[in-house]
Formats: sequence, structure tokens, C-alpha cells
Amino acid sequence: MARSNKPIVWGPFAAGGTLTAFLTPVLVLLTLLVALGHAPELFAYERMHAFAGHWLAKLAIAATVFLSLWSTAHRLRITCYDLGIRADTLVATVVYAGALAGTAASVLYLTRI
Amino acid sequence: MAEEVSRRPYQREVPRVRWFLRHPRYVRYMFREVTCLFIGAYTLVLVAGLGALSQGPAAYQGFLESLASPASILFHVLALGFAAYHSVTWFNLTPKALPLQVGEGFVPDGVIAGAHYAGWGLLSLALLALAGAF
Amino acid sequence: MSERRVELEVLRYNPETDREPRFQRYSIRCPEEWVVLDALNHVKETADPTLSYRWSCHMAVCGSCGMMIDGEPKLACKSFLRDYPGVIRIEPLAHFPIERDLVTVIDDFMAKLARVKPYLIPKQERALGEGEYRQTPAELKKYKQYTLCINCMLCYAACPEYGLIPKFIGPAAISLAHRYNQDSRDGGRREREEEIAAAEGVWECSFAGACSEVCPEHVDPASALQQVKIASTVDWYKEHLMPWLKK
Repeated sequence: MARSNKPIVWGPFAAGGTLTAFLTPVLVLLTLLVALGHAPELFAYERMHAFAGHWLAKLAIAATVFLSLWSTAHRLRITCYDLGIRADTLVATVVYAGALAGTAASVLYLTRI
Repeated sequence: MAEEVSRRPYQREVPRVRWFLRHPRYVRYMFREVTCLFIGAYTLVLVAGLGALSQGPAAYQGFLESLASPASILFHVLALGFAAYHSVTWFNLTPKALPLQVGEGFVPDGVIAGAHYAGWGLLSLALLALAGAF
Repeated sequence: MSERRVELEVLRYNPETDREPRFQRYSIRCPEEWVVLDALNHVKETADPTLSYRWSCHMAVCGSCGMMIDGEPKLACKSFLRDYPGVIRIEPLAHFPIERDLVTVIDDFMAKLARVKPYLIPKQERALGEGEYRQTPAELKKYKQYTLCINCMLCYAACPEYGLIPKFIGPAAISLAHRYNQDSRDGGRREREEEIAAAEGVWECSFAGACSEVCPEHVDPASALQQVKIASTVDWYKEHLMPWLKK
């Protein structure tokens, strides 16, 4: 039986799952603080622009977006299969393409900051 | 010689979609899996925020204001819960995937998971402080 | 020694007369400290000799008496009546075809175990004159827990992916491969990868963890599967990104 090529998509999924486990809750909390009117200083336009302007921050943000979207995509693929949607190749193409599109968009925006 | 018994094995069907409702264990599993929807949706909010940031102060301000809508607040509260559930389930499973053998014994699961929780807590506090939340 | 009236709701199936399975109720008086297996034996001895089921050791080491008890995969010899106050629903192990009554068809499972080459494949040929293999306690500990599998198939009954994808090679088979892969005497990991790293190998696993929850011997097959995933992934990246590395 041929060896699967799943590792190529699983590697980033595992990395993304780990990253989101550590990072996403605090990011959501920060965003929630903004939503509730207690925006931390970093969220002022000048501060945020300066932060996201740094090349290191851009790299980190792009990586975070990619890994977060990729792990979401992979899990969504598995969940679709679990819920009876057996067109795995189609689902995989859609979800991974979505993750890459989101990443591309974030990279595009970052280049303009 | 005795007559051959005819075999006619019966295959029980597994319900294609509702199988996970058969046991709380599977419901919890599905719950864990759908955390990805909230984490993914939140990441898209982040991307939208990047877009607004790249367009200038007015667009960025508009984005911040849209975050304050009741729907947005509800979403973020839910997202926080689901993201935290992902973290908890992920950290609890990490010792299974990465056992650490020390001599003849293994580092206890609780220690490995505990270290992750500690790191999670420290990182979160550090980021909150760096962002100026307090 | 106090007794209790126990109601058993057992799924029956006679391939020669039944089109599909049906439940049959038995009502018996049992000592309270009995296990479900004792109750089934009592039914067979006193009420219905046609009731068919597998059992042997009656002490949770042979793996024969696996069945669904109140919807949970359990060993009948390890399921105490005192833990089941109401009517006890007994069905054959989930995800396996029913041969007759509580007896399942286990051919698929047996074939899968054989496919993973569950024997030592030495790194190098070793002449008898070279003496025995030596293994430190630490080397033994590395794979010891995965040797404890009693092939009871409870993990296959619990695994949601096996239920949805019968081709999935399954928790016990992969844990068995992992047992040999982790053995210091063994050099056969590459050979086993053909089966384990295939699409119907470890990659059908979604880490639901049900297998480890129901395992009566605490083998923790879920841990084996995740470790195999990581090892397979590292192998894959090494092979594709650094092909100059000698195998």
C-alpha cells in the first residue's frame, strides 16, 4: 500500500494547533477588551501601525495567520468527513485553498503597512 | 458429519451524521473539533483588522468601532470559550504524543501538561502587559 | 451473600432464521457480586442454551468476552452487576459484523494484526553463537505498555473512525506495530511504514481518544497512534526535504 502524503498537511496542522493553543485565547481576550471599550494602548492606530510595520512583527503575524487558518482548515476537513461528507478531495481543496487565500490577503495587507 | 451451518453475518449500520450523539464521549470530541470554526473565524477577523490597518486611520477606527457591536461581543465571548477549550484539550493530549522517558520512568503526564499550562499563563500575562492592558 | 433480580436485554441473531437482530429479555436471580459474564452463563445454563457468546479466562486476560454493555465496549468478565442498577442492555461489539447472537466476525481484525509484521525484524542478521539480545530496563520500559494488548477489540468498537471507515487499520494494529518499532532489538520500522503510514493506516485517526478510554489493559493505543503520526511526519519531511540523507 502506498505511503500517504498526509504528513505534508499534518505537520502545519500540528504546529498550528500548538500555536493557537498558546496564543489564540489571549488574542481573543485582547480583542474583547477593545470591543468592550477598554482597548489596551497597543491598539491605538499609531502604536499598532508602528508595531505591524516592523519586519519581525510582519513575519510573526503572517506565520500566525497561516498556521491558525491551516489548522482550522485541516480540522474542518476531518470534521466534514466525520459528518458524512465523503468528497474528501473536494473538501480538502476548498479548505486548504481558503487557508492560503486568507494568508495571502494578510501578507498583502502587511506589505502595505 | 453434521450439516454445514450457513453463515450470514449481519452488518449493523453506523448513522452517517448522528453517530456522535450516541455517547457523551463523541459529543465532547465533536465539540473539540468545532473549536476550529471559532479559531478560524477569529483569525479572519484579525485579517480584516490588518486590512483596515493598511488602509489608514479612518478605516482602522471604523474597524475598532465595528468590534463594539453586540454581535461582535457575543462572538468574541464565545470564541474565547471555544479557544480555551481547544487549549485545554490540546495541552492535556500533548503528553500522549510526546512522552518523555527519563531513565526507567516517564515524566508524569500531569507535569508535561502542567508545564504547558504554566507557559500558556505566563505568555498570556506577558502579552497582556506588553499590549498595555494593565 | 445477597441476591438480586437482574434483567438482561440481549441482542439475538440467528443467521439461519432471522432477517435481522432483535432483543430478547431474560430475568434471573443472581448473587450481587457477579459479573455480566456470570449472568450470561447462568442464562445459558438454566434458561436458554441457544445463547451464543465468546468467553474463556473470566479474569480479563484472554480478551474473548468483549461486548457492548449499556452501549459501552466492555469485557463481560470485568463488568460488575452492582454497577448496572437497571435493565442491562447487552449487544455484540460495535462495528463488527454479527456472526450469531453476541459472537462477532473478527477476520478483519486478525488480518490487520498480521499486516503490521508483529515480530522482531532485526537490524542485522544475528548468528545463534553471538548469544542473546541484551536490553536494559529503560529500553524495555520504552515499549512495555504496548505489549499488554490482549486483542479484545474494545478499541475498535469504540473508535469512531473505524465505525465510519472499516478499512482503517485501527488502534490495536498500529499500537502493535509501535510496540515493535520501539523495541531496541528491532530494525523493521521502515518495513512497517508501508502499512502504517498508508492512507488507511494511522492517518485515518483523528485522535478522538475513545480507544484509550475503553482499553481494559491501559495500553493507551491513542498515545501510540500520535507517536506514530509524529514519527511518520518527521520521516516524510526528512525524505522529501533532505533526500541525500541515507536511509
